[in-house]
Formats: sequence, structure tokens, C-alpha cells
Amino acid sequence: MSRASLKEKLPILITASVLVLLTLAAGLRFDNFLSLRVLMNLIADNAFLGVIAVGLTFVILTGGIDLSVGSMMGLGGIVAAELITVSHVHPLIALLVPIAVGGFLGWGQGTLIAKLGLPPFLVTLSGLFLCRGIALAISRESVQIEHPFFRTLTNWSVSLPAKASLSLGSIVFILVVFGGMILARQSRFGRTVYAIGGNANSAELMGLPVRRTLVWTYVLSGMCAGLGGVLFALYTSSGNAISGTGLELDAIATVVIGGTLLSGGYGSVLGTLLGVLTLGVVQTAITFMGTLSSWWTRIVIGTLLLFFMLVQKVIELAARRGQTT
Amino acid sequence: MRRVPSWAWAAMVLAGVLLFNALFTPGFFSIVIRDGRFFGSIVDIFNRAAPVGLLALGMTLVIATGGVDLSVGAVMAIGGTIAAGLISRPGETPFAGGKPQPAMAIPVALFGSLLCGMFNGLLVAVIELQPIVATLLLMVAGRGVAQLLANGQILTFHDSGFAALARGATLGIPNPVWILLIGFVLFSVLARKTAMGLFVEATGSNPVAAQYVGIDARAIRFAVYALSGLCAGMAGLITTADIQAADANNAGLYLELDAILAVSVGGTALAGGRFSLVGSMIGALLMQALTTTILTRGVSPEITLVLKAAVVVGVCLLQAPAFREILAKRIRRAPAQ
Repeated sequence: MSRASLKEKLPILITASVLVLLTLAAGLRFDNFLSLRVLMNLIADNAFLGVIAVGLTFVILTGGIDLSVGSMMGLGGIVAAELITVSHVHPLIALLVPIAVGGFLGWGQGTLIAKLGLPPFLVTLSGLFLCRGIALAISRESVQIEHPFFRTLTNWSVSLPAKASLSLGSIVFILVVFGGMILARQSRFGRTVYAIGGNANSAELMGLPVRRTLVWTYVLSGMCAGLGGVLFALYTSSGNAISGTGLELDAIATVVIGGTLLSGGYGSVLGTLLGVLTLGVVQTAITFMGTLSSWWTRIVIGTLLLFFMLVQKVIELAARRGQTT
Repeated sequence: MRRVPSWAWAAMVLAGVLLFNALFTPGFFSIVIRDGRFFGSIVDIFNRAAPVGLLALGMTLVIATGGVDLSVGAVMAIGGTIAAGLISRPGETPFAGGKPQPAMAIPVALFGSLLCGMFNGLLVAVIELQPIVATLLLMVAGRGVAQLLANGQILTFHDSGFAALARGATLGIPNPVWILLIGFVLFSVLARKTAMGLFVEATGSNPVAAQYVGIDARAIRFAVYALSGLCAGMAGLITTADIQAADANNAGLYLELDAILAVSVGGTALAGGRFSLVGSMIGALLMQALTTTILTRGVSPEITLVLKAAVVVGVCLLQAPAFREILAKRIRRAPAQ
């Protein structure tokens, strides 16, 4: 294995081993942990986070950051709920609107970042405030969604053996992961994204459409966040303007645990999937324990994050030493 | 031509907000003296801007070194919880047992938050992790730690001495304003009367060059994160004293964002280098002036968030070279038509 591919592959291998170890440890501790049903629930519980993390992966691969995803998810959820419950729009259309809204807001942010050179951190931070403000202005209270077709969607699932079932949200999540993997590895867009993350100036000099691609990564992230809002609305049968508070941090943590470097250029959608699953296993294991309180989740996630950052650092140093000698 | 200070835009917007209030909000500028202290919307803006202002002081130096500290909100929660725990000592928290020690509350809480800041400094300066991720760590885990210290409870207490930190007044001016003022003076002296400010700017502009001229960039970075932690602890003490309770979940929530916005609106570039403590103070006041204006005018508070976003994007656009070029071209082209 060459140095370059080691730098690329090692983080994801470590994530995978940690995931397997955590799962096995939880499986030994709890009788029913290693079942298809628990796995499917884990995916269903984290589908919205996963979809958002996939979109965010592309932004982070370019070396940018999107802090607006959490509040954009809240906005998406409340928009869908308002349209269905108050405006009586058919769910099929109402559930597509948040994706468009997310894409549009993402386009605005991307334009400010790519065309006017504002820092991504600041623009998306403002986006966070903007989305939360709009969402709260639409409705301060949680809006219940009551519609026969919508109920069909929430109840619909594919039955699997061993009392397990795959919900619509989980299927969407899996599709988004596959779509993301293809987009990252097999498309011109994906190659440009990696090139920008590696070195934006070189990419520009190579004649790649850097600015346009940057704008599209934020559009993609916005659309994924909107879709995340839709999935959350399906998951809870309601829309809530404050849902997704702090979710941007979970999403970033997921992407980092998945082995994507925050400086851009290195990482993968598959890694992000493993990151989501790791987060899910930690949450589920802590729920299984029952006696441990929920704040342990945050401490464990923080510790995992530290571990993975240190691992990345060691790999980086090793790679650098390989280059100089 | 004299150089226009980098915080000019923020100051103009702040003046605009105040002018708007002077014209349209009756009684906005009236200040009454009650129980030997000043009351009024203006006093209120200064008073409520104190926590964000303190955060912004520490954040300015951190951002000037090219970093950012996302953990300040969580550190506020930790500091507040330590203080509340030492004062109230309810059962089943790590503080349980032993006598309440209000006298120790402030020093121990500040020491705890200093340790948090040093932890960030260790990750950024010594291990050389990216500041966003390194401080994200404590932002995620910090609230968990605070909840652990409080055992998931909201710690409430009654201690008039400690409450005076936020609610009392000295010479008619609320104590938080004094604390902010003292903090500002200390930071200004540190930054402008010693070489610290120069070192910070050098580290932020070009760390490699700074290292070559003999500046210990590592020590500087470590120090600014430690200071930022300390500022966050102080801000946490004020908010805790104000509501007489420490809420590990909500204390300082989103305040890291307000602080970052205040700093960047105040003219300190997020990329590091030049910084302006005065600008950060104006930025913090602007944020609070917007909030207070909206509250006194009876507009629903959600709009504050939208307005903050708009103001920040606006001020950043005005500071952005690319946008200025486009604007300049438009203006030059206009008379020709």
C-alpha cells in the first residue's frame, strides 16, 4: 500500500474497526443487541442525521463548512408541516418543497462564499440564524401532521425477517448514501470536489470550474438538510421549528469520525455512513444500559471525536515523514 | 488619507440602530435613577451585552491568531455549574457533602474554566489540531461534563452576595458593565501596552514567519485559548448569578456564535492577523442593541435571529474586497450612462 493510499484508507479502516469493536462489546453485554431489528431501528433513528451528514461530507471535502444544516432541517420540517396541515397542500408536493427551499438557501450561501469570497464559517453561521428565525416566525409551536396519505407514508415499511422492518426514511437514507458514493467517486463533480479540497489554486489552474462546483456543494448540502427535515417530519409525524438544534455539530462529528479531514481533500461518503452507524451504536448502547444518563452520549461522542482526531494527526505526521525521507 | 478603522462599518450600523430608536422608540434614551442606580434601555444594552462582550474579548485574540473557539458556550455552562454547585451543594452531585462554600465559588469556577481553555490550547497549540475541530470537542462534550457535575439537575441557589455579581450596581452602574469594562481595560493593556498584541498579530498573519523572528507561536496560541476559557468562565458566572441557577443545557447556548459574530462584525478578519478589541465591543453592543430594540418595539423575538443574520452578512459584504470591487464598478459605470 503506498503512502498516499494509506493516508486515504487508514482512517476509514480504523473507523470500521472501532465500529465493529463497539458493536461486539455491546453485543456481549446485552443479549438482544446483535439483531437485525436493533440495526434497522438504529438506521431509522439516525436516517435524518445520516442524510444531512452525506451532504455535509461534500462541503467538508472542499475544505468548507456548513453550520446551517441543523436549523435548515428545522425549517424544512416546519415548512412541510405547515403546508400539509394549514395550507392543505398534498403531502407529495409539500414534502418536496423543503428540499427546494434548502437547495435555494444553499445556493445563496454558496454564492456568497464562492463568488464573493466570504468565509464559509461566517456565512453559514448567519444561515443558521436566518433559518432558525424564519422557522420560528412560521410557527413557534410544534405542528402535528394529519393527512391520510402522510400516515400511509409514515407507516409504510418493508418487512424483513426476525421482526425487523425497513422504514421509508431508512430506504431514503440508504439511497442517499449510494447516490453520494457514486457522485463522489464516479462523477466529474466529485473529482472536482476532491481537487478543490486538495488545493483550490491548483484546481483553478487546471481549468476546473472551482467556483461553480463550490456553489453546488452548498446547494447539495442545503437540499440534504431539507430532505433531513422531511425525514424528521416523517419520523415524528410533526414539524417543529426548534428541531435540529445543535445537529450541525453531530453531523460534523459524524463526518470527522468517518475519516474525512476537515481541511478537505481526503474522505469518503462510505466513511460518513460508518460514522453515523458508530454514533447510532453509542446511542443505542447507552439506551440499552438504562442506568446511564443521556449526557454520557455527548461525553462518549466527544471522546471518540478526540480519538479520531489524534489518529488523523498521527497518520498525517507519518505521511509527512514518508514524504521528506 | 487617514486609515479608516476596521470597525467603522459596525459603528455606523450601531449608530443607525440608535438613531432609529431615537426617532421611533419613545423613551429609549431616557435614564432614570432608582435605588441609587441607573435604569433605561441604554443601560440595559450595556448590561446585557456584558456576557457576550466578555466572550468577544477572549475570542478576538483567538481569532487574531487565525483560530476560533467554539467551546465558550459550553465552558460558560461548566463555570456556572461549578459555582452553583459549590454554593448550593444539592444531593447526588459531586458537590454533595461538605459545607457550602460560596467564597470558593468564584475562584474555583474561574480555575475550572481556565483548565477548559488550557485543554483547548493543548489541542490547538501542542497537538496542532484544527481550531474548529479541537474546540468542537469541548463544545460537544462540555455540556455533557456540566450535566455530569450537576447530575442532570438545574442547580438553583440563593446567595445575595453571589447574585450581586449580576444584579448589583456600583456607583449606579450595573456590576456586569464594570466587569466588562475591567476586562476590556486589562485586555487592551495586555494587547497594546505589551508585546503580546504584536505577537498575536504576527502569529495570525504568518505563523512560520513569526516562528523565524523568534516568537513562540505555540505559547501564544496556548495562552489565547486559556484566556478565552477564563473569559467564558466569567461570562458564565454573570449569567448564573443573574438567574440564580445553573442550567447545563441552556446556559450560554448559541452565545459562542454571538461572540464570533461580534468579533467579525467588529472588523477582525476570521483569517487572523489584525484585530480590534474596540471593534469587538462595538460588535457585542450592536448585537445587543438589535435584540433590545426588537424587544422594546414589541416585534416577535424570532425576527432578532433573521435580523442578526442580515446585519452580519451585510457588514461582512461591505468588508469583503470582492464585493467592494463590484460595487465600485457599478458606481463608476453609473455616471457614464
